[in-house]
Amino acid sequence: MRCFGSRGFGFAGLVHRHFAMTELRVSYTLDSTLETVDNAEQTASRIAAESGFDEDVVMQISMAVREAAVNAVLHGNAYDPEKKVKLEFERTGNDLVITIRDQGKGLDLAKIPDPLAPENLLKTSGRGIFLIRSFMDEVQIHPSQTGTEIKLVKHVHGPSGDVKEASQ
Amino acid sequence: MSMKTSTRQVDGVTIVDCSGRITLGEGSVILRDTVRELLSKGQKKILLNLGDVTYIDSSGIGELVSAFTTVRNQGGELKLLNLTKKVHDLLQITKLYTVFDVRDDEASAVKSFN
Repeated sequence: MRCFGSRGFGFAGLVHRHFAMTELRVSYTLDSTLETVDNAEQTASRIAAESGFDEDVVMQISMAVREAAVNAVLHGNAYDPEKKVKLEFERTGNDLVITIRDQGKGLDLAKIPDPLAPENLLKTSGRGIFLIRSFMDEVQIHPSQTGTEIKLVKHVHGPSGDVKEASQ
Repeated sequence: MSMKTSTRQVDGVTIVDCSGRITLGEGSVILRDTVRELLSKGQKKILLNLGDVTYIDSSGIGELVSAFTTVRNQGGELKLLNLTKKVHDLLQITKLYTVFDVRDDEASAVKSFN
């Protein structure tokens, strides 16, 4: 797999970014490509680590973002070069909030089968949303005719004590 | 790290040593092509060694399921060897851990094939 680390963010359309001691808000406008999926995952991993989450939680967050980016690029925008994916990270004192928006026709949540149902276990797809829900503390999905927005929340100070002290 | 596979034969079993990432795109395609090539050569006892797989996403999980059912539909067997904790946990939460025959010792895994 290719590595984009040496290219910095590797994203077009950096909109806004600033760091404070504990707060962060950064957003990107991305092409509907597989490169976007990899970059979104890597950026999520970096920001989650900078936010003080431990290694396992960083993996969960980066995987959830990857799955959401896959949905946006493939199922939402269907690789359409005219359509973009917006990716936003917001860190408050309590939460890391990640929002991914596509410009597709809107995800039909009713058509997503339960991947744990016995009749679906051997299906080769349909686990992305399930994994996202498994890995994040809160997941909000807002489909519309102009696209789908998915908001992922990980609490910085979760009840399980799975967060290290935030590095400053 | 890109997905890589290498194959070796042990007592009639084809062991596929996988390393890197099994994810949407290249990683999944390499796994799919490797299994298809083995089946085309009549090698239907396949042990996927995932000990050096560092990352797998939902597409990679789907590819493992596809490989499992494809081999089984052709009268063969596909088993998994040396899961990392990450892959183990993923198969647990997706309820696939009991679907696959998962082994952690190569010698006994090879003997377990009919």
